[in-house]
Amino acid sequence: MRLKKNIATSEAGLIFNPGTGDSFSVNNTGAEILVMLKDNKKHEEIIEYLSSKFDVEKIQLEKDMDDFIYLLSDYNLLEK
Amino acid sequence: MKTSEKKQKIVIAVTALNAIDSPGPGVAVIRALKESADFEVRIIGLSYESLEPGIYMHDIVDKTYQIPYPSAGTDALFARILYINNIEHLNVVIPNFDAELFNFIKISDELQKLGIHSFMPTQDEFEGRDKINLFKFGKKHDLLVPSDKIIFHAGELAKAAEKFGFPLVVKGKFYDAVICNTIEQAEKAFFKLQAKWGLPIIIQEFITGTEVNIAALGDGCGNAISIIPMRKLYITDKGKAWAGITIDDQILIDLAMKFIKVTKWRGGCELEIMMTSDGKPYIMEVNPRFPAWIYLTAAAGQNQPAALVKLALGQKITPFKKYDIGKIFIRYSWDLITDISEFHKIAGSGEL
Repeated sequence: MRLKKNIATSEAGLIFNPGTGDSFSVNNTGAEILVMLKDNKKHEEIIEYLSSKFDVEKIQLEKDMDDFIYLLSDYNLLEK
Repeated sequence: MKTSEKKQKIVIAVTALNAIDSPGPGVAVIRALKESADFEVRIIGLSYESLEPGIYMHDIVDKTYQIPYPSAGTDALFARILYINNIEHLNVVIPNFDAELFNFIKISDELQKLGIHSFMPTQDEFEGRDKINLFKFGKKHDLLVPSDKIIFHAGELAKAAEKFGFPLVVKGKFYDAVICNTIEQAEKAFFKLQAKWGLPIIIQEFITGTEVNIAALGDGCGNAISIIPMRKLYITDKGKAWAGITIDDQILIDLAMKFIKVTKWRGGCELEIMMTSDGKPYIMEVNPRFPAWIYLTAAAGQNQPAALVKLALGQKITPFKKYDIGKIFIRYSWDLITDISEFHKIAGSGEL
């Protein structure tokens, strides 16, 4: 679960895939997750971080995180 | 950047000044030439119609001459170029219309004797990539192209539909393509395209995916001087890119390199690609000249029109290595205002 090396991200939450020309935008939380994925943080570490930041049950966080990762994969942004 | 004193002064004739909603490449080619660090150019426009916008863009085109339609033949074209050359002393000519290329290729040796250089595909290359021959062309060079069937009667549609299923694509000999979901739609498209472009009609397998175009320049010896892939971001109802972005996809670059290597392509070309979801790049069409979005190549760091001029003049040129990824072009419309006297000049005397 790693972002492709050539994927460009910005602090404002914009994602550019130079291989396809696709652009996406995510909110602040999404942008933070992207930075962590780029830094090769493990899934558990990201969940831990989000858990400390938001008052949400861990099981819900896991589910949301899975949805987000699924989207990134579906948009061809993750290494296979 | 070289100083203007050091720039080589050359006179270049350019066609396809029809910067309209489905534009010819001429104005974009000129824009790129004018940005060349090596040349100081005087641009001679060659037009067919009196309302081609480029004729009236005096900061783009220095002087325009009308030339005969391709149907008038090579003698008429050569005679007109001879007349223009006596006044303008042309160094290079860059034709940019598919329909006129046949004639320009035919007279290229005669033009060369006059000192007018060009850099166009050979007759064989030009004919080999023709829509009608595309499937054979793909097979011969081991390039992925959609299956097709060339037909001369509407009665042959049913058999083609049996082969490809629906949807299928009905294509005109020169331009236009219609996606059809039923035999009735296919028949309607057949007769419409037959009336417009004549026979035969091409029935093509429908390929779904992402539309990507590649502008490429070959040196005629199998080497790619420049390759720029562009993903269409906004497509008009005529299928033209109204906005696009340079992308970095090694599959596309490898494909264009292979195309140029196996064909020994000479000059500029545009590969129209359909990239399927499983990453297969189908060549849908090969246009034997620069595309209308060619200025993007200059903006991205590989000025293909300027490089073509160097090749035409026999100058040494090193293939480009890098380009800017994520450069976007967005086409726009602009109402150019001119006076009736200008229109009278070009329409009456064939010069402006």
